[in-house]
Amino acid sequence: MAQNTDTKRRATLISQKTANAVLRYLLMLLLALALFGVILLLLGKNPVQSYVDIFRSTLGSAYGFSEVVVAMVPMLITAVAVALPSRVGLINVGVEGQLYMGACLAAWGALTFTHLPAWALLPLMVFLGMLGGAAWAFFPGYLKSIGLVNETITSLLLNSVAPKIVAFLIFGFWHGPMDTNKTASFVPAARLPAFLGTRVDLSLVFALGLLILFWYVMRYTRWGLEMRAIGGNPQAARRNGIPLKAYQVGIMCMGGAIAGLAGMSLVSGYYGLLLANFSTGSGYMGFLISWLSFGDPIGILLVSFLVAIITTGGNLLQLTQGLPYAVINILLALALYIVLAKPTFIKEAKPAR
Amino acid sequence: MPPSSSFPPTLLSQASEPAIRKQPILSLRGITRRFPLVLANDHIDLDIYSGEIHALLGENGAGKSTLMKILYGFYRADSGSICMNGNPVKIHSPADARNLSIGMLFQDFSLIPALTVAENIALFLRDLKQIIDLRQVDRRIQDLAARYNLQIRSQVKVAELSIGEQQKVEILKLLLSGSKILILDEPTRVLAPHEIDALYQVLSSLRVDGYAIILITHKMKEVLECADRLTILRGGSVAASMLRTEANEQKLIECMFGKEMPGISRPPEADTNFKPAPILKLHGVTTRGEGAATSLKDIDLEIYPGEIVGVAGVSGNGQKELGDLALGMIPCARGEKRLFGRQAAHLSIREARRQGVAFIPENPLAMASVPFMTVLENLALTRPWRYSRRSGWSMDWTAVQKDAQDGLKKMDYSLPLYTLARSLSGGNLQRMVIIRELGLGPRLIVASYVTRGLDVQSTLAARQALLDARQNGTGVLLISEDLEELFTLSDRLIVLFEGRIVGAFTPAETDFHQVGYLMTGSKAEHGAKH
Repeated sequence: MAQNTDTKRRATLISQKTANAVLRYLLMLLLALALFGVILLLLGKNPVQSYVDIFRSTLGSAYGFSEVVVAMVPMLITAVAVALPSRVGLINVGVEGQLYMGACLAAWGALTFTHLPAWALLPLMVFLGMLGGAAWAFFPGYLKSIGLVNETITSLLLNSVAPKIVAFLIFGFWHGPMDTNKTASFVPAARLPAFLGTRVDLSLVFALGLLILFWYVMRYTRWGLEMRAIGGNPQAARRNGIPLKAYQVGIMCMGGAIAGLAGMSLVSGYYGLLLANFSTGSGYMGFLISWLSFGDPIGILLVSFLVAIITTGGNLLQLTQGLPYAVINILLALALYIVLAKPTFIKEAKPAR
Repeated sequence: MPPSSSFPPTLLSQASEPAIRKQPILSLRGITRRFPLVLANDHIDLDIYSGEIHALLGENGAGKSTLMKILYGFYRADSGSICMNGNPVKIHSPADARNLSIGMLFQDFSLIPALTVAENIALFLRDLKQIIDLRQVDRRIQDLAARYNLQIRSQVKVAELSIGEQQKVEILKLLLSGSKILILDEPTRVLAPHEIDALYQVLSSLRVDGYAIILITHKMKEVLECADRLTILRGGSVAASMLRTEANEQKLIECMFGKEMPGISRPPEADTNFKPAPILKLHGVTTRGEGAATSLKDIDLEIYPGEIVGVAGVSGNGQKELGDLALGMIPCARGEKRLFGRQAAHLSIREARRQGVAFIPENPLAMASVPFMTVLENLALTRPWRYSRRSGWSMDWTAVQKDAQDGLKKMDYSLPLYTLARSLSGGNLQRMVIIRELGLGPRLIVASYVTRGLDVQSTLAARQALLDARQNGTGVLLISEDLEELFTLSDRLIVLFEGRIVGAFTPAETDFHQVGYLMTGSKAEHGAKH
């Protein structure tokens, strides 16, 4: 039957494409590392030794590996917070702000309901965190849907508002007795449990679960189909009866909720308290990762892992090579430019019509 | 609204003097250009003389725009040659065209609203200095403006100008940059009647000064009043070329739409005694056209079950908007819209579709399909509720496939179901949309240019499907440019011109000529009953 050959041809095409994609990414990575190596050479450092140091400090030991995972988890969650809206053509640059608002509301829950047991308090904090993030994303989403303002601008601008609100609450009301810039430590029931004495906590499960859910929804469900239609051709989607505006608002809020979950994870797991300006760009990192991986779930996992290795290992470069931490940003920026330039190393065969 | 142009008799007498004795400033020979689906230009020969207004007429899709875009360097011809003053030239880009002093006035202008008139014009000047002497530019503008009656306030920002004034600026821009051959693409489409008169005055004086003017238009009356020479394109080739003195409306309509009357095999007449409630009722509906969209004005239309209502008109006169209005894409600014007997002014598209509205848009690629999805996924898009299982958590692709195969069998079409829609040919894409929209018994079908891109057999199947649906009590709004198709299929016909219904007939009451007149904005011989 025609459709059998059809399916088969499609299957070989897909596997071929995957192989090509993997190869392409590896080459791009090598190119980024090579360019960064040149910069290291110019600074008078030994690039090979630097890369060996990074590798040893991260993948060379169980502790190093666990630290990579700790760094990776917020990246995974924030990347999904960007990738999901990007599927309906929305550019959510506001993850950083949504993360702050999520953390803020979750912290309020942790400080208020101190008497609750962990099985009740943690879900409540998750809910509050997601609510905070969603509320912060609602404005850009709604303004976009009524055709008033572009969500890219509004969500980006709100990023500088949210940390100020959090700081205001901490400095004004929530700070602990000994500090001015952070709350008292949360009660143990408000802390996400950690695994095996490492700093890896339950948020890893959130992140992986979220990634799987994201992949499943996009691939198999009715909503995934409708969202792909909106992302693929909003005009046609509307004429086919798909409620475009409802999706724009809803998905933006959902992206915000996911960002809020990342905020909740950070304060409940990593810090155990709410600190003014606690996030130094986790949201932006998620944006970077989502675009580097073109919103693909597997890609998000791989890129997050890689970026986590680089940032964690970068800390060590300060010690061994005497380099400022900022040089790591150069490497990340190089990688971003190379991916966005979409170099074609391999000529792909055109699919036959 | 037919323009009420009137020209001084002196201009008219000059216009009638033929200019054949001269050498053409521009001559196109054997221009051929093929697009994936159509032969847009088929060995077109065209001579343009200085001091002449040459009108290029033809339906949409006749190949006028393609020809002009070849002349202006946007497209390259597959074969054929262009000579200027007898010397062969190569035009590979708009810059080449401008260097050969060919200038084009587009339908949507290319002015920068935030800059002043003088600045806009300065930007386009070929001899612009590094340090701009705006005063000198201004002087040149004023000189030229005085000469051709194109007075304009040159220190004003373009954003503050009316459309008519912006057009003046565009013309000044072309003249100041040294264009000798002016291509005007439907220049009167955006103008008010008095502005149209003014524009033709300007064109007439430019002609006297030896400019060559190519005028693309649908409006026959204007052409007959101002053009010196007419070339009519049909289906990509030259149908006729004549002097204005030899032309009249009847002759032009015959050339544009084809002479032959169709062998009409009209469907059995609907039972006129029994009038059920209308499926779609529009009463006094006016819409607000945003941007390039046409505004519909005061539309009264009823579609009854088992009836095909044909909509004739030159494209861009409100057909797209009428279809979108029926579906719910654009809201009524005024008036009443009822669907299946119920108030529907604020009905969502999804709800309309649930109630049985099918929609075949004029452009299946842009308006109906998602290119990066497979055909099967595209087929599921209009009725996701029908195929979703476990309250949305999974999709029943076997059911989609079954519906698709039933539909394909009924129409005797074949389609690869697992290919991306992007890689379908235009005809297959149209088949995909037809299968999706006409399957599963719709109650109202809004169908635009249904048979566009289809071969003869698929065309017949699609028409038969519409007639079958009609037989089953479905109402059909059939939008088409193909008069033959409209006359063959429709129970009633309406004609749209500039967003208004300018004629409503049964096919028996009228003929190609009358409809053709109305489509092009001329007054009908027999008064249209409205």
